[in-house]
Amino acid sequence: MPRQPATGLIKNQTAVAGLGQTTFGKGLPDTELSLACQAVSIALDDAGIEPSEVDGIASYTMEPNREVDVARNVGFGDVTWFAQVGFGGGAGCGVVGQAAMAVATGQCSVAVAWRARKRASAASRPWAQAAARLSDSQQWSRPFGVIRPVDEIAMLTRRYMHEYGGTRDHLANIAIAFRKHAARNPGSTMGHKPMTRADYMNARWISEPLCLFDNCLETDGALAVVVVSAERARDLKQPPAYIHAFAQGLPPQHQTMTNYFTDDPLRGPAWAAAKRMWELADVTASDVKVAQLYDAFSPLIILSLEGYGFCDRGEGGPFTDDGNIEWPNGRLPVNTSGGGMSEAYVHGFNLVLEGARQIRGTSTAQVEGADVSLVTSGEGVPTSAILFTKDV
Amino acid sequence: METGWLLPDLEDPESNEFWAGCARGELLVQACAACGAWRMPPRPMCAVCRSTAVRWEPTTGRGRVWSFIVPHPPLLPAFAEVAPYNSIIVELDDDPGIRFVGNLVASAHGAINEIDPATITIGEPVRVVFHHIEDVTLPRWVRA
Repeated sequence: MPRQPATGLIKNQTAVAGLGQTTFGKGLPDTELSLACQAVSIALDDAGIEPSEVDGIASYTMEPNREVDVARNVGFGDVTWFAQVGFGGGAGCGVVGQAAMAVATGQCSVAVAWRARKRASAASRPWAQAAARLSDSQQWSRPFGVIRPVDEIAMLTRRYMHEYGGTRDHLANIAIAFRKHAARNPGSTMGHKPMTRADYMNARWISEPLCLFDNCLETDGALAVVVVSAERARDLKQPPAYIHAFAQGLPPQHQTMTNYFTDDPLRGPAWAAAKRMWELADVTASDVKVAQLYDAFSPLIILSLEGYGFCDRGEGGPFTDDGNIEWPNGRLPVNTSGGGMSEAYVHGFNLVLEGARQIRGTSTAQVEGADVSLVTSGEGVPTSAILFTKDV
Repeated sequence: METGWLLPDLEDPESNEFWAGCARGELLVQACAACGAWRMPPRPMCAVCRSTAVRWEPTTGRGRVWSFIVPHPPLLPAFAEVAPYNSIIVELDDDPGIRFVGNLVASAHGAINEIDPATITIGEPVRVVFHHIEDVTLPRWVRA
């Protein structure tokens, strides 16, 4: 039976009305709980909403802080809706979109979503905490030295290069563009450090064909957003970033980042999320003025450009040529705050805030006339994406 | 040698037959006992016909390199000691839809850093060999 056409019941019904973030850094003295509470508190002040009005909570399953702890520290009221989204970096747009669904359906009226992490210490990285014996999907990769997320994605990158002729120059385009954007963002952690093509090409290998600069940062920090109805948002302090369309994506036979066992491993979760999102939207990829694409690793940008329909398969590399993803003159400025590779890596949640800032008109690399702003979460894991719009 | 290696749990009910096959020198693939479809990694239900009945079938142990990487530190100590090394993915000649992660070695008991990574090419033919670490037998691959 053919699927019912998407009707988009939540289209334009909600908006991101408050943004909050802590400073980013390495070895911040505050606890993850304190960072989460600070980010949520700043986001509520930004919106002009009292904490006692918060009645909805969305968080990552990997979030270390429990709903009860954030609620009683910040001073929430009766919370009547709370939920979590799984799969790490795939969850960023997921928590915001789930919050939007809860607000639009009346399960709550003021929802907050946040991500707080202290990951700058090397010992905190999951791959470094080896289990005694492996009984999940890791048993098919780690005994053979495919240990870290970068190894898992490097394997797909090499295959991509083989199938489509992608090059390290394409990956360099991405790293350099994001570093340029970070240089304009005083809150970024790497903006003070320019990167040339020679810097990229001479960087040490991490997992060939990926070098140091193909990797995201590891950052301590927290970010939060407040989601309310579109009607309420219009009466608040900040210009609303309307949640026009939202989708999640988990394609057939998918196995997260060691997705080596499907017929077409280079067609990842982005394609599933994109199909639904564009069905739900009144706009198309050619209407998107600016995009924040999840960048734990540079090759994910190429896959996302293809998956979300900015170019055909195999053309994601050349799409990055000629400054095409750079502010201000590129055809599609990408990761205008510096992204996970040059601003901060907080599981992609900083991308959500930058996507909303572009709609507000307050980015440090503001795209003129940014009325449609795309944010995506982790490609390579079950993912999610949001289209923000300026008008409804 | 190879102390602190990451190894599978041989008691895992979904995969123990695979690892037992390796110990006998056989590269097995899980098949649906109802419809015969092969699948990798092993799992409890056949996505083709939804049967939970499984059997294990022998393969030729021959395939081609589908992709490869060369990891460098920082790595876990056992792997840092032999880095840079290669990790490969092999697609089986019997069914290219069945893939295994492995390492390309010069001989069954050679180290995973013996082959010059610059000589590895996607598509080159390989065959399985077996290497013992502690109580585990891992499939590895040599040039065919």
